[in-house]
Amino acid sequence: MEGAHTQASGMGGMRAAGDLVARMQMSKRMRLKEAKEYVAGKLGCSTRDLSDPVAMELVRKENGLGLVAMTSSTQAGEPGMMEAKFNISEKLDVHINCVEQFKERTSNYVRA
Amino acid sequence: MLLEPKIPTRMGDGSLVEMTRSEIKADLEEGTQIAAKKAKVPELTQDELDHLLDIYASPARFTAVDIGDEVVLSNDGTGTKHIGNRVQDLQSYETLLGIDMPELWQADYSYKAVKTNVAHEGQSMKIAQALLTNPVQYGAMPDLGRYSMPDGPIPNWSELLPMGKIDEARDAQVDACKMLVEDINFVADAMIEAGADGIDMDTTGAAGDADFLAALTACRMLRERYPWLGIEIGMAAEFVLGMHGQLEFDGQRLAGLWPKDQLRMAEAAGASIYGPAVNINTGKSTAWNIARAITFIKPAAEVATIPVHVNVGMGVGGVPTCLFPPADATSRASKAFVEILKIDGY
Repeated sequence: MEGAHTQASGMGGMRAAGDLVARMQMSKRMRLKEAKEYVAGKLGCSTRDLSDPVAMELVRKENGLGLVAMTSSTQAGEPGMMEAKFNISEKLDVHINCVEQFKERTSNYVRA
Repeated sequence: MLLEPKIPTRMGDGSLVEMTRSEIKADLEEGTQIAAKKAKVPELTQDELDHLLDIYASPARFTAVDIGDEVVLSNDGTGTKHIGNRVQDLQSYETLLGIDMPELWQADYSYKAVKTNVAHEGQSMKIAQALLTNPVQYGAMPDLGRYSMPDGPIPNWSELLPMGKIDEARDAQVDACKMLVEDINFVADAMIEAGADGIDMDTTGAAGDADFLAALTACRMLRERYPWLGIEIGMAAEFVLGMHGQLEFDGQRLAGLWPKDQLRMAEAAGASIYGPAVNINTGKSTAWNIARAITFIKPAAEVATIPVHVNVGMGVGGVPTCLFPPADATSRASKAFVEILKIDGY
């Protein structure tokens, strides 16, 4: 059933930019249109690109927003999940709980 | 004489039947009329019914929205628990299915049950946060009935009511409501400490207006402490049962609320996402059910200031009540809600 929904009407999660739009709905209570426009504006792409895995692979790669662990993200320099979430938080100006907690709990180790 | 061709379609229990275009049209009309009369809301327009007819009077195995019209998929109860551990389930939903907002949950899907196991759940959330890029929320049901005897410490209002002990039954629900609010907050605090991006109160109102009140109250308390938190309030049904009958939130009586007013309450409480639910009538066609569901939800979708994620699966929102919902019925419901209601997600 979930497969049918994702194929029929889903944004594709981090295969495209559904995870980013979802974050705006969750944290900023934005409706879909506003959330898509916000994310597209921050990423410099069209709202239609946000559901396009081909377009978003490039955008995510350029901005270090994380890629599904396939061939492209097996490169040693690709950001892992936490690093990607740091970059998403910065790029979208959105509070990500685990990122903020990571910063707080490791603050003693950060060089000035 | 030419006979009208039959089109394969589904009943609300998932069984495959054949109906003519005229029969499907008649079911759509009846579905919207019944909902409009029950909830005192407008029937769907002719254009909307025609659009639904195009979606449902088709023998295609699958259908979908137009490119660019995709919506966000929150996914209560993510995973099957049959392909590894729960975090692997979340990962497979992120990478293979491509859903947007996976949800960690446990089989005993109730905040009261989670409370006793919260440290283990928190550890799983920590692991999930380390391994996923998508936002991960934690979900369970408010499930107020768990607080009544014999499962809980509160006198059972379902036993008190038939005995005519109305005041005692109401007091019991109020007492249970307080305990539930405390438990939702307890579990939510732990999950947020473990990194959760959001909290889902799923199947809210299943035990009636006191159940809904507990979710709204907990939601407001969480919003005050965590302004950034995703909070999803998903409903149990299209109508809030008045098991208590007199409970209010911000001066609004909760018993008898339909989706538009449920939404208003969720917005006032500070929810991020409202999830309307309309249950399936298994004896009617999916066409009848989708017209009924969309009619109930349309007034909410029109005025919402927060995202609306309709519950669309396994017995709600036009998807048949069966263990393995067929893709033809699921995709039709998926398309219908997006194109008629312009919803924000599922």
